[in-house]
Amino acid sequence: MKKIIGILLALTLSLALASCAAKEANPQTTAQEVNVYNWGEYIDEIIFDDFEAETGITVNYTTFQSNEEMYAAMKLGGTDYDVIIPSDYMVERLIDEDMLEKLDFANIPNLSLIDDSVSISAYDPTGEFSVPYMWGTVGIIYNSAEITDEITSWSSLFNSDYAGQIIMFNNPRDAFGVAVKYLGYSLNTTDETQIRAAYDLLIEQKPLVQSYDMDTIYDKLEGGSALIGVYYAGDYISMKENNPDLKFVLPTEGSNVFTDVMCIPKGATNKANGEAFINFMTSTDIAVRNMEMTGYVSPNGAAAEIYGDGLDVEDYVIQFPSQDALSRCEPFLNLPQATLDLYSQLWSDLKK
Amino acid sequence: MTNRRRFLAVPYIVWMAVFVIAPIVLIAVYAFASRDGAFTLSNFSAMGTYLSVFSRSFLLAIISTVVCLILGYPLAVIFAHETSRMQKIMIMLIMLPMWMNFLLRTYAWMSILESNGLLNRALAFLHIPPLNIINTPAAVIIGMVYNFLPFMVLPIYSVVVKIDRSLVEAAQDLGGSPAAVFRRVTFPLSLPGVLSGITMVFVPAVSTFVISQLLGGGKEMLLGDLIEMQFLGTAYNPQLGSAISLVMMIVVMIFMYFMNKFGEGEDKAVLM
Repeated sequence: MKKIIGILLALTLSLALASCAAKEANPQTTAQEVNVYNWGEYIDEIIFDDFEAETGITVNYTTFQSNEEMYAAMKLGGTDYDVIIPSDYMVERLIDEDMLEKLDFANIPNLSLIDDSVSISAYDPTGEFSVPYMWGTVGIIYNSAEITDEITSWSSLFNSDYAGQIIMFNNPRDAFGVAVKYLGYSLNTTDETQIRAAYDLLIEQKPLVQSYDMDTIYDKLEGGSALIGVYYAGDYISMKENNPDLKFVLPTEGSNVFTDVMCIPKGATNKANGEAFINFMTSTDIAVRNMEMTGYVSPNGAAAEIYGDGLDVEDYVIQFPSQDALSRCEPFLNLPQATLDLYSQLWSDLKK
Repeated sequence: MTNRRRFLAVPYIVWMAVFVIAPIVLIAVYAFASRDGAFTLSNFSAMGTYLSVFSRSFLLAIISTVVCLILGYPLAVIFAHETSRMQKIMIMLIMLPMWMNFLLRTYAWMSILESNGLLNRALAFLHIPPLNIINTPAAVIIGMVYNFLPFMVLPIYSVVVKIDRSLVEAAQDLGGSPAAVFRRVTFPLSLPGVLSGITMVFVPAVSTFVISQLLGGGKEMLLGDLIEMQFLGTAYNPQLGSAISLVMMIVVMIFMYFMNKFGEGEDKAVLM
């Protein structure tokens, strides 16, 4: 029996090695391709044709649903992406773990179009690894036909008047983010007392919550099966087209402002093609098309202005919050492993 | 079988080695490793805190399996006694939903059970007060029963249809009441199908996570959610995820061992 297992393992190993060797042998066959890994519903896919017409490079496009899913895919290996578009804190983690290539900015002249205020940031302090793609905020979306109170604060998501109508994010970082901000702490707190206080608040909130969701939040709020929830400003713009009763509020306590960022993973096969793609995505007309498709805001100032001109006043304030409102918002930063483990533990406690 | 024909098994053995044995070995290795790769048992000592998740998952899976059996057994027996033309049509109808994507089918249940969904609109039309099923464990059970029922019906049907009718007739001729014939002849002979059906429903039910997420509102974690969270969650911890998977596999194996014991003496069902 042992012998058989030994033989099987040897076989598996040799197969794995053979496939690696095969990959080493001909790296040039895919030279005119670029493999892009991005969030779902987060690009105008028609631009791939324009890119191919302009450069002759074919785009192979794959999507992920969360930063963590992307991370796990990269970590487990076997992937071969040339451009990935995760969010700020995940980029910081990838840089820390030496999983990204430094970009050759000679290939990305359009970087000069990006607003300095967005391009220099905590997640990539030296600015060598990334080019920002889009940014946006998280806030409360509610049905103003059913909820007539004025909503201004995160407290609404903990209000028993809305019992059974509240939707929360279904991942620890975002859900705790709501509670932590409501309590007036930083989104990136590592103080266990503060995190446990937020946990107590979430436990109290649990009986009021209709469901914990991610992608389905969109449908539930739009279709009216829930009346109030937390979600992204960019998606609100498209939700409102189908349900004009929906309103978006950036809570007074401040919120999460996120930036999704283009970078190139370590060992990418088509690095130059990846840089060409990043450059293309940063150009003004492509940025405008992506903004119109997704509802998120490009850090390309000229493009943002063109997009902003097409918005009514109400939407404009949501997409381009005042400096004052933004000053109360924070990006997520990568946290020490101990804090991530605590979040994970408390999250499963919450749902025990 | 002669030794010469053994080479025919090679493709399957290779497949097993690469996609079944190697992953299980990997899971076992990960389960006993710390984040730095050193040997540790801490992944298992951490398991106690998840006891409620284990018991909830097993409870929901057992309930779903029992409901599937109660619904599926009579159905399979009725099918088996129809004309062969009718049997084909009925089996087709059982299989039909399985041609559709599993996720889509579960989404469909979401819109049926929703607070202002199809079910409650129908009830309102009949002036019956609405039911709040969505985002409760009941909705999860409905989702599991719906998705896994074919896996109960088909194995039972395929065994019952092959039962030698003359045995049943002999029992009747010897004066057995319909209940006695069923209890002492038909049911024991159908047991291998029942055991396969239970396995095929119970095992996926205990590890499901999409159904609990979509229909249960993500309020109470099941084993599948817990394992998914270790791999795709905030604190990337495949070691703990592997340990939980391993313990789950062992508990399922123990469960199946007792099922097998229960079926001993009859024709042995292929359970695992």
